[in-house]
Amino acid sequence: MTVPASESGIHKRVVLAEADIDRALTRIAHEILEANKGSRDLVLLGIPRRGFPLAQRLAQKISAVDPSVDPDLITGQLDVTMYRDDLRRHPTRSPLATQLPPSGIDDKVVVLVDDVLYSGRTIRAGLDALADLGRPRAVRLAVLVDRGHRELPIRADHVGKNLPTSSQERVRVHLAEIDLIGGSPVDEVVIEDRA
Amino acid sequence: MKHLLSTQDLSARSALRLLDTAEEMAAVGEREIKKLPALRGRTVVNLFFEDSTRTRISFEAAAKRLSADVINFAAKGSSVSKGESLKDTAQTLEAMSADAVVIRHPASGAPARLAASGWIDAAVVNAGDGTHEHPTQALLDAFTLRRHWARITGTPSAGTTLAGMKVLIVGDVLHSRVARSNVWLLTTLGAEVLLAGPPTLLPVGVGSWPCRVFYNLDDALAERPDAVMMLRLQAERMNAAFFPSTREYSRRWGFDDGRLALLDTMGLDDTVIMHPGPMNRGLEISSAAADSPRSTVLAQVRNGVSVRMAALYLLLSGDPQDDDDAVDGRADQDDPPATTPEGRTP
Repeated sequence: MTVPASESGIHKRVVLAEADIDRALTRIAHEILEANKGSRDLVLLGIPRRGFPLAQRLAQKISAVDPSVDPDLITGQLDVTMYRDDLRRHPTRSPLATQLPPSGIDDKVVVLVDDVLYSGRTIRAGLDALADLGRPRAVRLAVLVDRGHRELPIRADHVGKNLPTSSQERVRVHLAEIDLIGGSPVDEVVIEDRA
Repeated sequence: MKHLLSTQDLSARSALRLLDTAEEMAAVGEREIKKLPALRGRTVVNLFFEDSTRTRISFEAAAKRLSADVINFAAKGSSVSKGESLKDTAQTLEAMSADAVVIRHPASGAPARLAASGWIDAAVVNAGDGTHEHPTQALLDAFTLRRHWARITGTPSAGTTLAGMKVLIVGDVLHSRVARSNVWLLTTLGAEVLLAGPPTLLPVGVGSWPCRVFYNLDDALAERPDAVMMLRLQAERMNAAFFPSTREYSRRWGFDDGRLALLDTMGLDDTVIMHPGPMNRGLEISSAAADSPRSTVLAQVRNGVSVRMAALYLLLSGDPQDDDDAVDGRADQDDPPATTPEGRTP
């Protein structure tokens, strides 16, 4: 499905629609449970902004499989702004909230959740941020889209979709919790190409 | 934002951004590891031409929590006492590659001069200049008020203004840079500001300020303020007889035990008492008032570190090659670049 944008010359292509995202998250939730051999000590930390709603959705799906899990008690948000290595290359970024679940992260299995894995630098910052907050037993990484072009030795444990892209393209994730397009909430992953 | 010189020219957006950032910085202060790597390798110089305890320590703690290197400079015991000018002192610091200069100076306008003269490239933070402004103090007061307001209304403090709040500032407004900064900032954030003080200690032209003025403290208290900010009587700046005796000042303008009890009888259970410090106990504020549960004096000091971390972070972390307007323009977008996932900008 290709929708040429009218004036800017940007071509948009929807690569994951709402149902695709939902299926991918369901699979990731099962993978997380399988890899962890159950829900014990699991903590899902979303990286703002779109990692957090993804973490919430994963927690919902985990609790649907294992009703003993309260999704709110295993979900949190991890802001990595202050740990980025490119702070001086961009206009000032405002930090966002870090909220850990009440159980903390010490000796837990922390699953970092983000929307797009690209250079790996955000995750590197996330690992540094985690180290200042506690000492998890293990850290895993779940992403909705892996688009390649890694600049650091970082790999995701759970991937919704591998998306080979050129670095000229942009991958945009829109989630209903955050993104309104034309006034209505939208769930989709789009590739934009500046042709 | 390249410099932080006054609250008069601070937009509501920039002020809110500072306060919201301070909110996140406050969370860091509650962690076991109270340190962030954001300003690693940057140098902050505390350039103090006037005595100060809490402001200097607060800036030092803020810079250190952000991993910046701190150089403290006090005019006493330096070449300033040999007659070195502000320009030469500043350029010496520049030669040592300071990234930010936190300056307190007895002359109003000294920080603005430093920022506008082109003598140095560093970001300038005004830590109090003469009787002009003390912006970080006003920001920490606003931060304290906002948290208090959020607690009594049961709403989260991030992102909210002070709309609906009534703040009474009492005492030596004439010599107080804290009062000036607060009048501008609290008004910008939507609070209603009342001033009360003896006519001799109110500046000429106070009628044009965006606030109501009272010449009797008890009349002002009858307006049922949500916060009462007592100002320090600045004896060191007083070279004339502004009032007959300290005893009379204390009786008419001090927040004494009687006025503390009055708040209870008026049913103002949520009214807090603020003081920028250092306090003259028994003069503008009684010990009972300063130590009562209504007092926010220590919360103000604690919040001071968070607010100064926010100011240093916002001044120093961005791309120095970006020109000011562009930084401000983009920084104020609804969708801040901080949220850009790595899929967007390589």
